[in-house]
Amino acid sequence: MSAGANLVSFVTIGVLVGCGVTLLLERSLSRVLLGVILIGNGVNLLIVFGGRAGEPPVVGVGDESAMSDALPQAMVLTAIVITFGFTAFLLAISYRSWYLTGDDEVPDDIEDREIVRRAARREVSAADLASEPAVADPQQVDAPAPPREEDRG
Amino acid sequence: MLVLLILHLVAAVVAPLLVRRWGPRACYLLALVPASAFGWALVRTPEVAHGGAVVETYPWISELGLDLALRMTTLSWLMTLLVGGVGALVLGYSARYFPPDALGNSRYAGVMVAFAGAMLGLVLADDLLLLYVCWELTTVFSYLLIGHSSERRSSRWAAAQALTVTTLGGLAMLIGFLMLGHHAGTYRWSELGQQPLPGGAYLVVAVLLILLGALSKSAVLPFTSWLPVAMAAPTPVSAYLHAAAMVKAGVYLLGLLTPVLAVVGPWRPVVVIAGLATMLVGGWAALRQTDLKLLLAHGTVSQLGLLTVVVGVGTADAALAGAAMLLAHALFKAALFLVVGVIDHGAGTRDLRALSGLRRTAPVLTGVAVLAAASMAGLPPLLGFVAKEAVFAAFADQPLVLAVLVAGTVLTVAYSIRFVWGAFADRSGAVATDLGRIAPSLLIPPALLAVVGLVTGPAAGALDHLLRPYPELFGAVGQHLALWHGLTPALGLSVLALAGGTALFALRGPLAPAVARLRWPVTGQRGYEWITHRFDRVAVDVTSVTQRGSLPQYLGLILIVLAAVPGGAVFLIRPWEQSLDLWATPAQPVVLLVVCVAALLAVGASRRLTAMLLVGMTGYGTAMLFVLYGAPDLALTQFLVETMTIAIFVLVLRRLPERFSMRPLRRSRWIRRTIGTIVGTTVAALAVGAAAARQARSISEEFPHLAVEQGHGRNVVNVTLVDIRAWDTLGEAAVLVAAATGVASLIFHQSRTGPRPRRREIAEDAEPAGREVWLRGGATLHERQRSIVLEVVTRLISHTAVLFSLYLLFSGHNAPGGGFAGGLVASLALTMRYLAGGRYELVEAAPIGAGTVLGAGLLLAVGSAVVSLVVGGTVLESTTVDLWLPLIGHFYLVTSLFFDVGVYLVVIGLALDVLRSLGAEVDRHIETAGGAGGGLAGRQGEARP
Repeated sequence: MSAGANLVSFVTIGVLVGCGVTLLLERSLSRVLLGVILIGNGVNLLIVFGGRAGEPPVVGVGDESAMSDALPQAMVLTAIVITFGFTAFLLAISYRSWYLTGDDEVPDDIEDREIVRRAARREVSAADLASEPAVADPQQVDAPAPPREEDRG
Repeated sequence: MLVLLILHLVAAVVAPLLVRRWGPRACYLLALVPASAFGWALVRTPEVAHGGAVVETYPWISELGLDLALRMTTLSWLMTLLVGGVGALVLGYSARYFPPDALGNSRYAGVMVAFAGAMLGLVLADDLLLLYVCWELTTVFSYLLIGHSSERRSSRWAAAQALTVTTLGGLAMLIGFLMLGHHAGTYRWSELGQQPLPGGAYLVVAVLLILLGALSKSAVLPFTSWLPVAMAAPTPVSAYLHAAAMVKAGVYLLGLLTPVLAVVGPWRPVVVIAGLATMLVGGWAALRQTDLKLLLAHGTVSQLGLLTVVVGVGTADAALAGAAMLLAHALFKAALFLVVGVIDHGAGTRDLRALSGLRRTAPVLTGVAVLAAASMAGLPPLLGFVAKEAVFAAFADQPLVLAVLVAGTVLTVAYSIRFVWGAFADRSGAVATDLGRIAPSLLIPPALLAVVGLVTGPAAGALDHLLRPYPELFGAVGQHLALWHGLTPALGLSVLALAGGTALFALRGPLAPAVARLRWPVTGQRGYEWITHRFDRVAVDVTSVTQRGSLPQYLGLILIVLAAVPGGAVFLIRPWEQSLDLWATPAQPVVLLVVCVAALLAVGASRRLTAMLLVGMTGYGTAMLFVLYGAPDLALTQFLVETMTIAIFVLVLRRLPERFSMRPLRRSRWIRRTIGTIVGTTVAALAVGAAAARQARSISEEFPHLAVEQGHGRNVVNVTLVDIRAWDTLGEAAVLVAAATGVASLIFHQSRTGPRPRRREIAEDAEPAGREVWLRGGATLHERQRSIVLEVVTRLISHTAVLFSLYLLFSGHNAPGGGFAGGLVASLALTMRYLAGGRYELVEAAPIGAGTVLGAGLLLAVGSAVVSLVVGGTVLESTTVDLWLPLIGHFYLVTSLFFDVGVYLVVIGLALDVLRSLGAEVDRHIETAGGAGGGLAGRQGEARP
C-alpha cells in the first residue's frame, strides 16, 4: 500500500479543496486568491497521491522498484510554478483594483447588469436601430428603412 | 476556368490600389476581367453547343472528397456570358457613375470584381459544396455592395437584411446539399442524375431545404422583402446583382437541379405556387411605386417569380423557355437599371412625379429605355417577346398556371408602360428635367444591352440552336424559339396580355385607390422585422437570466455542476467499499492535521495577513507531505514557491486594508460553506475512486531507464521535465512569461519598467565618502525603514544563494534540483536584496530588464528545441557532448541543460518582474501618494469636499 492512498490524506485533500472553494466564492480578490492557492495545494496532493510513493526517483540512489512515481511529480512541479505565476497575476489585479476603486472586491459585470436592466425594461439590444430615427438621415432618398417599433406588450 | 477565377481574385486584390491611383477610371481596366470570362465562354461555345461540357478538375481537400471541380454546360455557359458580359459593362459604367473623389470607390471596385469572381465560380462549380462556398461569397460581397453608403442607416439596414435572409437560406441549402450528397455518394451535380435517388421523407426534407436556399436568394415569396430594400445599393450594383447575376443564382440552381429533382414530391408544387404568387404580388406592387428604381425592383421580383415557375417546373419546353427568359430578363432589366442610374445621376431624383420631359431632353436615353421596356413587356420583335411566347406555349397544357402567367404578364406590361411614362413623359406644369450631357460611358452599356435584346429577337433560331442542349436533358423538345410561329394560341395570349396591360395602365386614375389599398396582407418586411425583433428580445431575456454578472454566482454554478455530475459518477465507483489504510507513516497524520487546521482557520480569518500565513502553512505542510511521499524535487520547489508567495503577498498587503470587508456577504456565508463542503467531499471521494481505478500499467514505469538511456540523467523528475515531457515545460515557460508580462502591465502605467531609478546619483549623494557600505541601495532608504542587521545578512547570503542556485541548476539532471528550483533560489536572493535595500538595491542586484531575462529564457528554451530539430533529431531531443576544460578535465554536457537554463531564466524573469512591479513600482506609488494613503480612488475621495 502506498503512502498516498490512505484515509487521512484523502480527508486532507477534501478539506483543502472545500476550504479553497469557500474562499473562492468570496467577493474579495485576496480571498479568491487564497482559495485558489488552497485548491491548488489540494489538487497537487491529489495528483501526486495518485501515483506510487517510495524512494526519491533518482536512479542509482535506491532500489529502482521501490522508487516513487516520477510522472505525477513532474506534472505537479510545473503546476506549483504555474500557481506561483497565477498568484502574482491575481495579486497584481487585486492591487490595481484597490488602486482604482479603493477595495479589491470583484464588482458585478457592468455590461451584464445593463442587459439585465434592458430585459427589465423590455428593450432590444441593437443600438443601431434605436438611436437614430429614419427621418434624421439628411441623405435619405432611398426607401426609408421601416421604423422599429418598441415592444410594449 | 481556374485561371479565370484566379484572375478575378488577383484583380479584386489590386483593384483598390488601381482606383486609389487613377480614380474610378481604373474600372475601365478592371472591366477587362469579367470581359475575359465573357470572351472565354464565347470561344468555348462550339464545345457546349452540341451538348458537350468543358470540364476542369483540381484536387483540393481530398480528405473530404472535395475537388475544385469546374464544369460548363449550356446553362452555365449562358450564365457565364451574362455574369461576364453584364459585369464588364457595369464596371465600365461605374467608371463615370461614381464621383472621382468619393469615399469608398476603391472598396467598391475591389468588391465588385470579387463579386464577379464569386459569381463566376458559382455558375462554373460542378461540386455542390464548391457551389455553396461561392454562393455564400456572393452573399458576403453583396452585403458590402448593398451597404456601399455605409454612413446611411438605410444602407446598413438593407445590407443586413439581405445578408440575414440569404444566409439563412444558404445554410438551409447547405444542409440540403449535405443530405443529398451524402445519400447519393457524390456532390457533383453532373453525377447526381446518374445515381438512383433515395426516396421518402429524407429526400423530401433535402429538397425543401435546397428550395429554401434557392428561393431566398432569388427573392421569391416568402423571401421577397429583402430585394426592394436592397435598392439602397448604388444603381450599378442593382443592375448587376439584382438584375443579371446574384438573384439569378437561385434560378440557376433550380435549373441545375430540376432535371434530377423535379420528380420529387414537393418540388413542383412549391416552385409553381411560390413563383406564381411572387409574380402577381411583385407586379401589383410595381404599379404603385413612384421611385423608378423600386418600380424596377418589384418588377424584378415579379419576373423572378416567373423564372422560378418556368425553370423549376421541369418539362423540356418550359426549360427552353426558361433559358430564353433568363437571358432576356438579364438584358432588359440590367439596361433599365442602368438607365435609372443615368437619370438619378443627372437629375438627382428617381421620383417619377418629379421627372418631366426627359423624352425631349434625352432622346437617346429614351430610345434605349423604350427598347428595353418593350422587351420587358414582350413586344415583338424583341427577345422578351420570343421568350414570353415560348413560356405560354410551354404551359399550354396547364390552363390554370397559364391563366396566372397571363395575368402576371398583364401586370408586367402595365408596369413597363408605367416605367416609360413615369421616366420620360411630360408632366403638366412641371419644368423639363435636364440631365445635361450624358457621358458615353454611361449611355453605351445600357444601349448595348438593349440592342442585344433587339438583335437576338429575330435571331431566335440561332439562339434556339445554342440553348437546345439544356432542355434536351428533360427529353424531346416540342417547340422552337422563333419570332413567328404562325397564328398560335400563344400569340393570342400575347396580344391579350398587351391589350390588358395597356388597358390597366390607361385606367390608372380610376384604379389608383385599389392599387394603393390592395396589398399582400402581411408584408414580408413586417414579418422580417417582427422575427428579428423577437430574436433580439429573446436574446436579451435569455442573457439577463443566465448572465447576471456576478462572479461568485458563476463559479458557484460551475462548482455545483462539478459536484452533481462527476460527483454523481462517484456513486457508480462506490469508493467506500474498498478498504483503506488509516495512514502510511505516523508522521503523516500529524502533518495532515496541521494542514487541515490551518486551512479551516484560513477560511474564518478576518485579517489578510493572518489568512495568508495560514494558507502558507498549508503550503509548507504540503511540502512536508511531499518529503514523506518520496518527492524531494517537489518538496524543494514547494518550499521555495511558498516563501516567494508570502513575500510578494506581503508586498501587496502593505497597501490593502488590514481586514477583509465583511459586508453583505455575511448572509450568503452558509451557502458558500455548504458548496465548499459538498465540493470538498466530492473531490475527496473522487480521489479515493481514482486511486483504485488504475487498471493498466503506468507509462511512468519506463521512465527510470528512459531517463538514463535517452535523457542521460539520473533524476527522473528533472529528465521528465526537460526531456520526456519537455513540450509541457516549454508551454509552461510561455505561460510564465505571459503572467509576468501581465503583472507588469497591470502595475506600470506607461512603459514596462517605468522610469528607471537613477540609483547612481542618489546612491553616490547619500553615500558618505570613504566609508564602506553593506548594500549600496540601503543608503537610499529612509532611516526608519532600514535594518542594518538585514543588510549585513543579505550581503553575506545573497551571493552564496545565487551560487547555490547555479549548483541546483547544473546538478539538477542527476540530483534533486533543476531549472525551476534554481531559478526560485535566485529569485529569493533577489527578493532579499530588495527587502533589505529597497528598489535601488534591486537595480543594483539585477541591472537588466525583466523583459530581457524572460525573452532570453524563452529564446533559449525554444532555441534548444529548434536546434535539436535542425541537427536532425526530433524536437527537444537531448544528447551528450563530451568536453575538456583545463583544471576540470573531461566532462560531458547534456544538451537539455540549455533548455533548463532557459527555464531558470524565465523563473528569474518572472520574479524580477513581480519585484519591479509589486515591489518597486508600488513603493513609488506610496511615495507619490505621500505616505500610506490611498490609491487613485482614495486621492479622488480626498479631493472631493
